[in-house]
Amino acid sequence: MAQSEASSPGPETAGALTTADGRPLAAALARASARARRRAFLLVLPLLAFILVTFVLPIGQMLLRSVHNDAFPRNMPALTAWFSANPRGTEPGEDAFAALAADLKGLRANRTAGEVGTRVNYEFSGTRSLFTATARNAEALAPPYREALLAADPAWGDPRLWAVMRDASRAITPNFYLAALDRARDETGAVVRAPPERRIYVLLFERTFLVAGVITALTLLLGYPVAHLLATLPLRWSNLLMIFVLLPFWTSLLVRTTAWIVLLQGQGVVNNVLVALGIVPDSGRLSLIYNQTGTIIAMTHILLPFMILPLYSVMRPIPPSYTRAARSLGASSWTAFRRIYFPLTLPGIAAGGLLVFILAVGYYITPALVGGASGQLISNLIAFHMSSSLNWSLAAALAAILLAAVLLLYWLYDRLIGIDNLKLG
Amino acid sequence: MDGSGQARGFVEFDRVQKSYDGVTLVVKDLNLAMPKGEFLTLLGPSGSGKTTCLMMLAGFETATHGEIRLDGRPITQVPPHRRGIGMVFQNYALFPHMTVAENLAFPLEVRGIGRAAREEKVRRALDMVQMAGFGGRRPAQLSGGQQQRIALARALVFEPELVLMDEPLGALDKQLRERMQFEIKHLHERLGITVVYVTHDQSEALTMSDRVAVFNDGMIQQLAPPDELYERPANSFVAQFIGENNRLPGRIESVEGGRALVRLDTGELIDATPVNVTGPGARTLVSIRPERVEFKPDQIPADAHTIEAEVLEFIYMGDSFRTRLRVAGSDDFIMKYRNAAGQRRLEPGERVTIGWSPADARALDMP
Amino acid sequence: MTRLLILTTALAGAAGMASAQSITVLGWGGAYTQSQVEAYHKPFTAATGITVISVDSDNPATPIPAMVEANNVTIDVAVVEYADAVRLCDEGMLEVIDHAILPPAPDGTPAMEDFLPGMVTDCMVGTDVFATIVAYNTTAFPDNPPTTIADFFDTETFPGKRGVRRGAKATLEMALMADGVPAEEVYSVLATPEGVDRAFAKLDSIKGDIVWWQTGSQPPQLLADGEVTMSIAWNGRIFNAAVAEGQPFQIIWDGQVYEPEGFVIPKGAPNLDAALQFVAFATSTEPLANAATWISYGPTRASSAPLVGVFKGDGVTPMAPHLPTSPENLANALLSDYEFWVDRDAELNERFNAWLAAN
Repeated sequence: MAQSEASSPGPETAGALTTADGRPLAAALARASARARRRAFLLVLPLLAFILVTFVLPIGQMLLRSVHNDAFPRNMPALTAWFSANPRGTEPGEDAFAALAADLKGLRANRTAGEVGTRVNYEFSGTRSLFTATARNAEALAPPYREALLAADPAWGDPRLWAVMRDASRAITPNFYLAALDRARDETGAVVRAPPERRIYVLLFERTFLVAGVITALTLLLGYPVAHLLATLPLRWSNLLMIFVLLPFWTSLLVRTTAWIVLLQGQGVVNNVLVALGIVPDSGRLSLIYNQTGTIIAMTHILLPFMILPLYSVMRPIPPSYTRAARSLGASSWTAFRRIYFPLTLPGIAAGGLLVFILAVGYYITPALVGGASGQLISNLIAFHMSSSLNWSLAAALAAILLAAVLLLYWLYDRLIGIDNLKLG
Repeated sequence: MDGSGQARGFVEFDRVQKSYDGVTLVVKDLNLAMPKGEFLTLLGPSGSGKTTCLMMLAGFETATHGEIRLDGRPITQVPPHRRGIGMVFQNYALFPHMTVAENLAFPLEVRGIGRAAREEKVRRALDMVQMAGFGGRRPAQLSGGQQQRIALARALVFEPELVLMDEPLGALDKQLRERMQFEIKHLHERLGITVVYVTHDQSEALTMSDRVAVFNDGMIQQLAPPDELYERPANSFVAQFIGENNRLPGRIESVEGGRALVRLDTGELIDATPVNVTGPGARTLVSIRPERVEFKPDQIPADAHTIEAEVLEFIYMGDSFRTRLRVAGSDDFIMKYRNAAGQRRLEPGERVTIGWSPADARALDMP
Repeated sequence: MTRLLILTTALAGAAGMASAQSITVLGWGGAYTQSQVEAYHKPFTAATGITVISVDSDNPATPIPAMVEANNVTIDVAVVEYADAVRLCDEGMLEVIDHAILPPAPDGTPAMEDFLPGMVTDCMVGTDVFATIVAYNTTAFPDNPPTTIADFFDTETFPGKRGVRRGAKATLEMALMADGVPAEEVYSVLATPEGVDRAFAKLDSIKGDIVWWQTGSQPPQLLADGEVTMSIAWNGRIFNAAVAEGQPFQIIWDGQVYEPEGFVIPKGAPNLDAALQFVAFATSTEPLANAATWISYGPTRASSAPLVGVFKGDGVTPMAPHLPTSPENLANALLSDYEFWVDRDAELNERFNAWLAAN
């Protein structure tokens, strides 16, 4: 009797069916749906093109830039040819210096000494002026070039410089990834760690993921009760409260930042209130901004809606009868929450957590404004290399590592929780 | 009302009132006592307060005033999970992230029952609802009727003495609903549990219950076994709510010997049994079931008054015939009679004289 | 239809002409840009009819490479620091400016003799000299005000937080000078690894008390809010806050780093001729002198100095004592070495960032 309800009669399994005029049914169906598919494809084509142009191409270009920098081979053809003709370890002789001198003359003519100098300087600091200064007087160089160049600057004889130039002469190089992981090559080409006072990127990657994790946990902790309240209030009230949740979205970044500064700075509202209440002494005002605390507070605030909205969209359709059923079956309110309500909201937690974490990992404006020194994240260094040091290849390598780490995380997440369990509302 | 003054019951509502907004009462002065083992149905239109009563009993709502007792103990301060009441919800409320077996094991688990005993009880509960072998499925993989059975099994698996059911069959189609009604009834009889059942479907209430409490406007209108409810409605609301019903408005002429003479607003005189009318001169609404109306002279008691009617419509219903008549200026007077051998079919336009046994016409209050 | 077409074509033509008659100048914002608008942009528009659109940036040098590489240059003139001008010029990002277009001084002195030494390079024409100085809030130290660069690093005698620009340039030089290195030896010390360590060690001594800033408008705000009691700042910003807005700020003219800045034209500027015309006009004697009356940055032409009058903001304060180029302010000052920074910028900033990130 139970079975008769469960199973409806199975579909026809008899041999190939045909349409009324005798064509195979499957083929007719395929033809009928092909037109619909074509039209659907045409409809998404503009979006596809848009994504290709605005997303796939730039990211591809960025990834290419992280391993490709042809400033040296493009502008130093003779020396590049010498490097490819002679294996690593060959002592640079007169032929090498002649090629170098010829290239330096070319740099002078084309005003590209700075470009090459900058490229070499990325991996060997202090060599930029070697190129610009020598190129400036390159016209005067005459054979024998080895003596002439060493006379211009003895630094031309430095074996490390030649090792770096050899590396730079190949347009495709993994060196930017090495740099992004606080590593470099020595004269022999072996990979070594950067000196301790120059190690920064690994530390910042760690810090970025740690801070993003803390922010995700905080948004969950703060957002869960709010989302629950929103989901259980009558729609009229929850819509009103939702406006407060969404308010950070509608506030300009500068207004928000100014508000944080007014609130959080040493002489700010929060500290003044705490001092007035006698909770902290006037001399011991809390540092709530321009440090990691500031970054965490501000980003938690900004990212809270990204946690609340998925949670809300998962919680809203959960009928109160589940919890009531659990209670009537003998579960205390805590057990009912732990065993029934919480597991049902997991897809929302997963979605909100992933969203907040990935956004937090990539945030840079807020940490730049309120993070001071200790609140800087890896994105700030990427921005620094994009806009200040102009070492785009290193920026691209850092960004690519960040992207890879996020994708790895996503994959792990898919393995552990399952992406289809994700509910973004 | 009807429940008050009865001997101590297993479940007792004592002067219970409930208000959500502090302005209006959704439950007004409820008194009710039910003995152990009874199947009591709370029947009423939506908003009549029946579900609120159930929720107060389950512990999800607190009474604004009054006391609810279970087995003699007040339970107002007892949280829901300590009341030991099984409950079946309108949409089953099976936990979607657990399998059927996990759902059934849940109430046992939170009671700290060991694994072996748990598995045994779950197996027996599944057998009981004829769902053995479905333990590994998820609720979403079951049909509505199967989910209903599991919800039932879950409410019973921890052997509660009292089970509450909140419109449990509302989501099922008619055929399945009827079959489940019998199954629930049989389970009740077999297990000897006490059941409080909420529904707005009067046929469901009549089929299943030992007693039915008809709710309207926050009050019990009548608390009685199904046959009494149908045959002898206590007031015009109950008469109207339970079954089909003809209503003739009029004024009491005289009352004598348990029999009232009623002059209809259109002037005709008819006989009726006075139920809740004050006496001569009072306005009344006379209620007659369609199947108790007769048109063959030999079926009408000789001393009864008769009334002229015109046939407006004749409907063939298979086992019976249904006619719509114009009686005392009203166009929706229904008469039903059995499709017996040689039974005459009335024609629209035909004039007939109808009548009834005075015991079948009840003079009720004018609402 | 045809008529409509002709009409729209004519309109488009007019619009095209109108856009040819305007140039876009990328500046630093705040009081500094305002001084340039008053002294350069407005008179230039009045003289030539070419409108000048002013756009702000945290550092106008940074967008230029991206624009040039992408072949999408949207600005005609940018105001950049000396070292950036040299570096960008070396990398071929800037138009070479023919010095012959620069007008002579009113007395007929040729332009290249009138400009102070080094103020004009291949690609840049200097407009002014600014200084990175230390300023303090006088209400914080009513009895015993700080007087030297060393006091900035002395948080015991002069308690309170310190505002410092988040960047290696000027910060490291000032740290060394505070540590007792004479101005003329700063760069030779900083060129050695020990010198760099020494500078960072000095910064370490106040690291916990530093509030880092990034834009020039922040230090006056931090000082006014009481967030810091002393801050490294650009002298013009402090001057404007103190004189124009009456803030109780005082500049310590000791151990400051001064540096020229000026106009450059990105390679591929859309309105090159108008841009050259603008640069020649703005860097003539009178506009330069005029600019120095709007903000306390010193003019780059010798002939401008005598013409600098009183502060336009209040009409009474003489500007000369507030300029970084005033002799009395140069007792212990350091001229920023562009060659050093062009060469070491990446290396030292990398080290600086690593130092900053480490707790």
